[in-house]
Amino acid sequence: MKEIEKPEKGNQIIEEAAQAEYKYGFVTDIETEVIPKGLDEGVVRRISALKGEPEWLLDFRLKAYRHWLTLKAPTWGHVHVPDIDYQDISYYAAPRQKKEGEAKEIDPELKKTFDKLGIPLEEQLRLSGMAVDAVMDSVSVKTTYRERLAELGVIFCSISEAVKDYPDLVRKYLGKVVPYTDNFYAALNSAVFSDGSFVYIPKGVRCPMELSTYFRINAAQTGQFERTLIVADDDAYVSYLEGCTAPMRDENQLHAAIVEIIVEDRAEVKYSTVQNWYPGDKDGKGGIYNLVTKRGLCRGDHSKLSWTQVETGSAITWKYPSCVLMGDHSVGEFYSVALTNNWQEADTGTKMIHLGKNTTSTIVSKGISAGHSQNSYRGMVKIAPKATNCRNFTQCDSLLLSDTSGAHTFPVIEVGNDTSVVEHEATTSKINEDQIFYCNQRGISTEDAVGLIVNGYAKEVMAKLPMEFAVEAQKLLSVSLEGAVG
Amino acid sequence: MLIIKDLQASIEDKQILKGINLTVKPGEVHAIMGPNGSGKSTLSAVLTGNPAYTVTGGSVEFNGKDLLALSPEDRAHEGLFLSFQYPVEIPGVSMVNFMRTALNEKRKYFGQEPLSAADFLKLMREKRSIVQLDNKLASRAVNEGFSGGEKKRNEIFQMAMLEPKLSILDETDSGLDIDALRIVASGVNTLKSKDNATIVITHYQRLLDYIKPDFVHVLYKGRIVMSAGPELALELEDKGYDWIKEQVDSQQ
Repeated sequence: MKEIEKPEKGNQIIEEAAQAEYKYGFVTDIETEVIPKGLDEGVVRRISALKGEPEWLLDFRLKAYRHWLTLKAPTWGHVHVPDIDYQDISYYAAPRQKKEGEAKEIDPELKKTFDKLGIPLEEQLRLSGMAVDAVMDSVSVKTTYRERLAELGVIFCSISEAVKDYPDLVRKYLGKVVPYTDNFYAALNSAVFSDGSFVYIPKGVRCPMELSTYFRINAAQTGQFERTLIVADDDAYVSYLEGCTAPMRDENQLHAAIVEIIVEDRAEVKYSTVQNWYPGDKDGKGGIYNLVTKRGLCRGDHSKLSWTQVETGSAITWKYPSCVLMGDHSVGEFYSVALTNNWQEADTGTKMIHLGKNTTSTIVSKGISAGHSQNSYRGMVKIAPKATNCRNFTQCDSLLLSDTSGAHTFPVIEVGNDTSVVEHEATTSKINEDQIFYCNQRGISTEDAVGLIVNGYAKEVMAKLPMEFAVEAQKLLSVSLEGAVG
Repeated sequence: MLIIKDLQASIEDKQILKGINLTVKPGEVHAIMGPNGSGKSTLSAVLTGNPAYTVTGGSVEFNGKDLLALSPEDRAHEGLFLSFQYPVEIPGVSMVNFMRTALNEKRKYFGQEPLSAADFLKLMREKRSIVQLDNKLASRAVNEGFSGGEKKRNEIFQMAMLEPKLSILDETDSGLDIDALRIVASGVNTLKSKDNATIVITHYQRLLDYIKPDFVHVLYKGRIVMSAGPELALELEDKGYDWIKEQVDSQQ
């Protein structure tokens, strides 16, 4: 009897796609000012001096640095961060910009870079009214729409400029939500942070456009340590987006950022991230270590903070965007899709700390693991004894796309009173071959079918993203999955 | 249109199809009947390229092409459609998105531009009226929370959208009440033309009252053991399958 082979086209597509290139892996050829590798007090002082910082900030940095020396890198995450040689990293890299006349023109190379990333820096070219702060390596390159926002009293600029122009505001809030003593990477960031965004929404103002920061690592052998500080005063509202990419390199690069958010009475902040740092190649070589501390303080009564994240990049992800719900009736939300492929490792989740009465929090986490990756949800819901009548709902789903990947959940729940209600739901499932065949039969290839099914699975979270981001994020999920199903 | 020669197939080393021969011409409706476990659903799965089955012999020609050499999605593009016995749910994926992807993949296969959103929605409106599928269902996730009847109507709706050359209806009547059965059958009849063909797989005569077959085949133990005109279905309804089983088994 003749043996007839089944069509093997599927495998071939997967082979090809696995070798598909990371779209943002290019390097911009631009003159860069780099501080030599290594870290000591002199380097901390030099960064501060380069930025012309006031004494109090240098002081903050030095305290952080000295504290960092006493700390060890955390090892509790379900990730394998190798011993990082902190003396082998450059802590400051700034693309050198030509200054022509009075107006600060953007270097054409830089402009081209951001165009290529789909982030045009000319305001008139943007399709939607979205203000952007573009950060390359250690410095902010350009912030758009500043003047228009200023008319409303909204401050949106790089944190370096904020230190100069609004020192009192920065001093009032910097390090108040994430103190430098918080953890190893937070201490390091506090010592050497170079740039990032600053946002202040005054009382009663609804920010009329989405604000966004686009982080780009370009220079080799450098780390990026940016710091974002967002303050929404009473009755203010802002939706803030963060995007990030990096070139493809065989070495690993460190990204240790801090995001601090303060939400006052009845104010609301929506913070959305599409994290697309270079994840390394299909054999796990290279990629960004994304070790980030993000936390918001809902200080005001009836305040609300919502985190939405789509995590597809980075070799290692270690981050837990959290909410401290201090004001009574404050609301914290965390919506997350974390997709890992090849040899990526992600340990991500959130902490909801209920301190105020009648506070509520919602956690929806969707993990997707493919290839040989490891994907962990780590969450804490803590309700203080005095925080009565609190509510939390947690839904934590994992989808496995391969037999060689792992999905893990590490939830911690502490409830300090008996008037609060905490719910936790969790599921783990494998991608269903019947679903894929159903799509195939309708003419949809296996790759596209997996993209559709995964996007469907993540829909609840994707729906929380602002429109401009949602489409991009959907494509990103599909692209990141290329070669994921064998 | 379809020429199946001595088709043999197995699942997990168990031989299910033991040499199927069948020729379908444009404009024809063929009914395949037979007792449980005779290989009816296996035949539809093998023709559409379900990877759970292994073809161990024989050939299938579809409009001049070697069907078995094509991937499942290319078979679909070439005009082969299966109305599933158990349509699967795909949570979070809207019917609109699903159908649009399917249709545009087919257009791409033939070097055509994707359909504009407006044209697509117009087409969708037009086609869903064929099976009285309301707008709400069309915008919900694929089969999610659909009743049995809605799922089957949704299958015929997809058939209408994709305009296949050969449709295989696998037990489309199972789980349908009489009203849903009428809607589904009238949908199929509306889509019937002299250029396309239909294979109806069913246990019962009931569906064949509405979708009139030109030929009726009886599948038993992985082979077509009897072929005749529509009168055979009536005879089976009357006498059951035992007499055929006895006839076949005595010959072996």
